[in-house]
Formats: sequence, C-alpha cells, structure tokens
Amino acid sequence: MSKIHVTTKINGEETEYLCQPYDTMLDVLRNQLNLTGSKEVCSSGDCGACSVTLNNRLVCSCLMLAAEAEGKEINTIEGMTKNGNFHILQKKFLEHAALQCGICTPGMLVAAKSLLDKNPSPTETEIRFWLAGNLCRCTGYDKIVRAVQAASDEMKEKA
Amino acid sequence: MIQGTFLTPNTIDEAVKFFSSSEGSVKLLAGGTDLLVQIRNGFTKPDKIIDIKNIRELQEIIDNGNGSFTVGAAVSGASLAEHNKFGKNWPGVLEALRLIGSEQIQGRASLGGNLCNASPAGDSVPALIASGALAKVHGPNGIRSIPVEKINLGPGKTNLQKGEIVTQFDFPDREPSSSDSYLRMIPRTEMDIAVVGCAVNISMDGDKCIDARIALGAVAPTALLVDQAAKIIIGSKLEDDVLNEAAKACQNACKPIDDKRGTITYRKKVSGVLFKRAIQIAKERALKV
Repeated sequence: MSKIHVTTKINGEETEYLCQPYDTMLDVLRNQLNLTGSKEVCSSGDCGACSVTLNNRLVCSCLMLAAEAEGKEINTIEGMTKNGNFHILQKKFLEHAALQCGICTPGMLVAAKSLLDKNPSPTETEIRFWLAGNLCRCTGYDKIVRAVQAASDEMKEKA
Repeated sequence: MIQGTFLTPNTIDEAVKFFSSSEGSVKLLAGGTDLLVQIRNGFTKPDKIIDIKNIRELQEIIDNGNGSFTVGAAVSGASLAEHNKFGKNWPGVLEALRLIGSEQIQGRASLGGNLCNASPAGDSVPALIASGALAKVHGPNGIRSIPVEKINLGPGKTNLQKGEIVTQFDFPDREPSSSDSYLRMIPRTEMDIAVVGCAVNISMDGDKCIDARIALGAVAPTALLVDQAAKIIIGSKLEDDVLNEAAKACQNACKPIDDKRGTITYRKKVSGVLFKRAIQIAKERALKV
C-alpha cells in the first residue's frame, strides 16, 4: 500500500506528513507529529478526549482519517497557549479546579473554546449540552461548567 | 489521484466512475462517524475509501423558495443548523438530525450518511421519510430520484446498485400552515440510540388536518412510512378519539425486536405515545407558520 502525502495546517503551521489510508487524524497527531495533548480513550466518538477543530468545526480526531486533512486547518490543544501564556479558559480551569486526572481536559478545553468562539455568552444549559460529548469521570462536571462560565465572563469584560 | 486507496473526487461524475469501476470492497466516506467506528472494530475493511466531501453538490444547501430545499447528502448537522431558513421550514428534520451524538459528531454527521448506514434506529431517517423528501441518486446509468422510504431494505442494506451514490435530498414545497416534528425515546436524556422514533409532517387548514405523513424508526428492520395512521387523521380535526385510533395504527405497523434497549411490547406502546406527542408539536408549529 502506498502512503498518502498530506499537506495541511496544524495550529497555524504548514505541516506535511505521510499516512496510511486507515490512519486516523489522532494516530498521526500523536504518533507522528508528537502532538500528544489530544488523548485516545474510546476510539468511537463517545468521549471527546481527542477533540480538535477542523476548519473551525469541532470534531473527534479519532473519527477522522488523517488523509482528510489535506488542504484543511486543524487546531489542537497545543495551539491554545499563545507565546507561553495560558488561554483564559486554561487559567479558569486551574482556578476552579476543573480537572483531576486530566485525561479529559485537553478535549474539554478545545470543545469549550469552540463553544465560546461561536457563542461568547452561553447559558449553563448551552454549556452542558455543548460539552455533552466530553466525558469526565472525576469532576462531576460542575467545576468545568463554572470554569467555562467564568472564562466567558472574563472574555466579555476584556472585549 | 486515481490510483491508491483513498480517493477524493471533486465531481459527482468522477465519484461515480471511481465507485462503479473499483474492484474489491469500496466504501464512501461522508462524515465517517459510522464508517470509522466500523473500520476500527474490524467490522469492515474496505480496499478503497472514496471521500465524497469535496464535491460541491454534496455540501450545498439550496433554498428553492416556497419552503423547498435541496440539501447535499454530506452536509453536516452543524452546517444545516446554521442555515437561517432550513430549520424554520423543516424543524422536524433538523431536530432529528441534531439529536445524533454530540457536537463533535454533529461537526461531521450527515443526512446521507445516516440514511445509507441503514441502521433501523437512524434518527434523521423517519424525519426524512415524513418530509416526503426525494433522494437524488447518481450512478453509472444516470440519475434517479427515489423516495427516501424506498432506499433501505434492512439493517445495513440499501437497494442502491453498484456505483450509485445518494448525492442530495430534495425537500418539497411547503404548503401554508404545515410543519413537522420528531421525537425519540431513549433511556437517558441525551446521546443514545433510539428505542422508538416518530416523525410527523402535517398540513392544517384552520383546525382541520388536510395532509399528513407519519414515520416510525427503530421498530422494524427499516424506518416505516405509516400510511394507515396518516389516512385516519387526514380530514379530521385531530380529536382525541381520532388520534387514539391513529396511535393504534402506529402500534400495529411496528415489527420490533426485543433487545437490551426495549422489549417488543414496550416499543409498540411507546410508538403510539410518541405519535400523539409528536403530532401536537407539529400541529402547534404548523398553526404558527
């Protein structure tokens, strides 16, 4: 089987890689590009730990073939920190203790950022529905929801 | 890229050519939310994957006026929800598609994929059937338009011929005072597979129902168009006794299985309950249009 050559943009940087037709985007991110922030947990689109954005659309990178990234833009958790500074969401997750084991956290952050980019003032219900595809076994979700609300408030103040 | 195992055609003709001329097992990739899981589980091992998302027609949402729309088979739930008019005209279709999975899944899952995956429990399928949408199918022998209820034959089986691709859905004109709705029963509040799904699409004239299409999901090997129930309510004012009689027709149309999600008795009973609730929602929406 010949490998597929893919040219794409990941976290704003032009990136090239070779992949097999069955490789998922998550396989390539973690195993070839050393972007191990996106986690592999369920591999079936239920848990959201592998969340990334594809042309600004929130998707599970385990349910996307790496070959599909050709000509597209991917953003991962690694792109969230700018010049060494945490994103407001990351700060609020720490302040609100919105994580324990941390496995779900990258996916939660990517999903939460995608929500706030689309809807800067989500209601609690909207936050809970949006994050329904991100499973967390530690926090009970409440602290995560509070952290997203706090980030939303602070981002609005700064805007 | 004609050679190779991952093909990305840019036109329908190219896709049909690849799909019809390929040897071995070939799978079309739309959102991939079912296909990638099936590959992962070893359920399917396609020799070739044809990604149809780069084809313009499969990604378009066209407003034809009078409430009629043409929607590309690979348009994602998230994209369809962002359209400013589709959901006003076909709220039942949109709510059915949007019930599938999380936002991550919605970023990719499509009407065409949900239909052609041919699960008896696909949420958007009853809503598509109730809407009266026609599936436009391109194949090596040309184009045909098929009512959605004729596409699926059973779990995982469609009556599409070799090389045929569902490319678009044509939604008919909307009559005045008409609307649709979809309800499903699941044991939890969100993100589960339907135990029963019911879609209703009705047209009203004052308080009289002048047209209706009713469809059920997850209660038979394929989603069902329940003509008997529609016949009972057309011409009525949707009085309680009429709805009870139509609910019985829904129950009688069910040929469900017993499984971990629901028994035969339960699924039949719930199909009648969902029908009665769904028709109230559709009626309220229709009278507001």
